[in-house]
Amino acid sequence: MKTDPFIIVRDLTMAYGDYVIMRDLNFTVGRGDIFIIMGGSGCGKSTLMKIMVGLKEPARGKVFYGDLNFWEAVPDDRKHIVQNIGILYQSGALWSSMTLAENVALPLEEYTDLSPNEIRELVSFKLSMVGLAGYEDFYPAQISGGMRKRAGIARAIALDPDILFFDEPSAGLDPVSAKRLDDLILELRNSLGATVVVVTHELASIFAIGNNSVFLDSETRTMAAVGNPKMLLENSQDPKIINFLMRGETEGHLR
Amino acid sequence: MKLRFNGPTDGVLMIRLSGNWQIGEDLSSPNEVKTKLESETDIQRVTFDTKELTQWDSSLPILLLKIKNLCSEKKIYMDSDGLPRGANRLIELATAVPIEKDARSVEENKTFFSLVGAETIHFLKSAKEMIAFIGEAFLAFIKFLSGKARYRRSDLFMTIQGCGAKALPIVSLISLLVGLILAFVGAIQLKMFGAQIYIADLVGIAMVRVMGAVMTGIIMAGRTGAAFAAQIGTMEVNEEIDALKTLGISPMEFLVLPRMLALVFMMPLLCIYADLMGILGGGIVGIGMLDLNMSQYYIQTKEAISLNDLWIGLFHSAVFGVLVALAGCLRGIQCGRSASDVGNAATSAVVTGIVSIIVATAIITVMCNVLGI
Ligand SMILES: Nc1ncnc2c1ncn2[C@@H]1O[C@H](COP(=O)(O)OP(=O)(O)OP(=O)(O)O)[C@@H](O)[C@H]1O
Ligand SMILES: [Mg+2]
Repeated sequence: MKTDPFIIVRDLTMAYGDYVIMRDLNFTVGRGDIFIIMGGSGCGKSTLMKIMVGLKEPARGKVFYGDLNFWEAVPDDRKHIVQNIGILYQSGALWSSMTLAENVALPLEEYTDLSPNEIRELVSFKLSMVGLAGYEDFYPAQISGGMRKRAGIARAIALDPDILFFDEPSAGLDPVSAKRLDDLILELRNSLGATVVVVTHELASIFAIGNNSVFLDSETRTMAAVGNPKMLLENSQDPKIINFLMRGETEGHLR
Repeated sequence: MKLRFNGPTDGVLMIRLSGNWQIGEDLSSPNEVKTKLESETDIQRVTFDTKELTQWDSSLPILLLKIKNLCSEKKIYMDSDGLPRGANRLIELATAVPIEKDARSVEENKTFFSLVGAETIHFLKSAKEMIAFIGEAFLAFIKFLSGKARYRRSDLFMTIQGCGAKALPIVSLISLLVGLILAFVGAIQLKMFGAQIYIADLVGIAMVRVMGAVMTGIIMAGRTGAAFAAQIGTMEVNEEIDALKTLGISPMEFLVLPRMLALVFMMPLLCIYADLMGILGGGIVGIGMLDLNMSQYYIQTKEAISLNDLWIGLFHSAVFGVLVALAGCLRGIQCGRSASDVGNAATSAVVTGIVSIIVATAIITVMCNVLGI
């Protein structure tokens, strides 16, 4: 499937202070893609996501949304883009002083003119999509880690955004919920036409939903490959990538 | 004797390990190996004999890793066949991912001047941050006045309750005692002149003009300022603030504004209440110890305090409200990303709050003096 370019990352270098984490990242996320960011723990996946959504400035390089150079655009344009992005943070990042319903409702109250009744219905619907129907009045501290992740997803999709960023959505979920989540992501793409960027290590998800991916290599501090994960597994010559995509069980499979 | 050497014969050094090789035992140090490798120049291979080794734990792989590093430095081949299988596996795992050299934060040798420079830069940076923060808070307040600020009413009411009604017990206790102490100290002096009745003036004016406001300010800095910093700091740690920002909601309006408003509303009220409690405390000493009667004390107090004093006291308290709220929220927003950072933020909010309260009191007092009020 060929899609037109939507988010373009050019020569991106990211660093905390003088400590460079990744350099020279180049990849393109097409409209309607489910794009996977993968790589070892601590290699900078979350940081890359933060740069793409405008929370952290890159040390060098550019991020384009369509024709717009995100980091050099005027704040209003930037805000406009960010409003169309739904984000699930690695920690869930639910607002702890609000109930789940209020968490999901806040984006709706902020950007729509819906009546409280309509908002309540929408909130219940979004929560039931992630399997949390009935938990409307719970506070984040009263639910489990995996449930917080799911509530975070409900909040991210509250406004039916064009672009979704999920940081390890299935971490902490049981296999059945993880599968349901994959179905949800596919459905969001297929029915709403959303572009989804997912940070994940879950091999099953990577192959089930990803149609494009980038592999970050923490040893060389740059990306090792871009492309469809299935193709990468078939065609890649890089033992690191094959090792990753086969869960380290490469003995005997290496060519 | 746990570590012995055989050889070297024909360039092969055999290291014999024996006994219990566990943490807490009296173990031979790897330096023995080092000296051995350095003193003998013709070693090409190191082998191990562990037949007499009875038990081992992590201390064995640690030793072996060190030997391995020594060997690779000296280009000596280390033959690990003689080692226990498990120890070999552990070493493999430990060396599977190469050491991240950049990951260690480098502690440079710093000279006095570079330290002074770094401190100065840090100070200027934090001063700049503080000024920017105050500016943003002011803008948020203007937005509130024009009715466009985005915050949750319920947050405002919760905060008002938390820093208003719930602070009453401690404010009562402290103010009552402060009034009592003031009266006690004054009583001894005034009694010498037979001017006991002026105790009412002393306590009344002192409480209403500054002490009531300062005491509530300090209580609120410790109680509410610290709480603000911890709440906002925790939100920073949990990425909740990031989540607000990407939603296009300004943390200034959403988090700082309601807290600031709550304190600015509640501090003057608490201050009036503290004034009353202080006067009550003074009254207890006056009536109980100095044999003044109640109506005498009441009338004397009423005559002593002018409306001006009250306004000045209220002005103090409103200023303190802003200062405590700003200090708490600023430290919260500046909070790092770990749990200990939250603790530091709370501590530093209290310190900043109290220091700024005292400085502000000094400034206002001097100003009142100059203006003659
Ligand atoms: N606030 C920070 N300050 C300094 N360094 C940081 C900071 N946050 C992350 N890092 C560093 O950046 C690197 C990448 O972190 P990041 O959280 O992006 O990794 P990740 O790929 O998301 O890891 P994981 O899969 O475990 O979530 C880490 O090595 C970490 O040391
Ligand atoms: Mg991460």
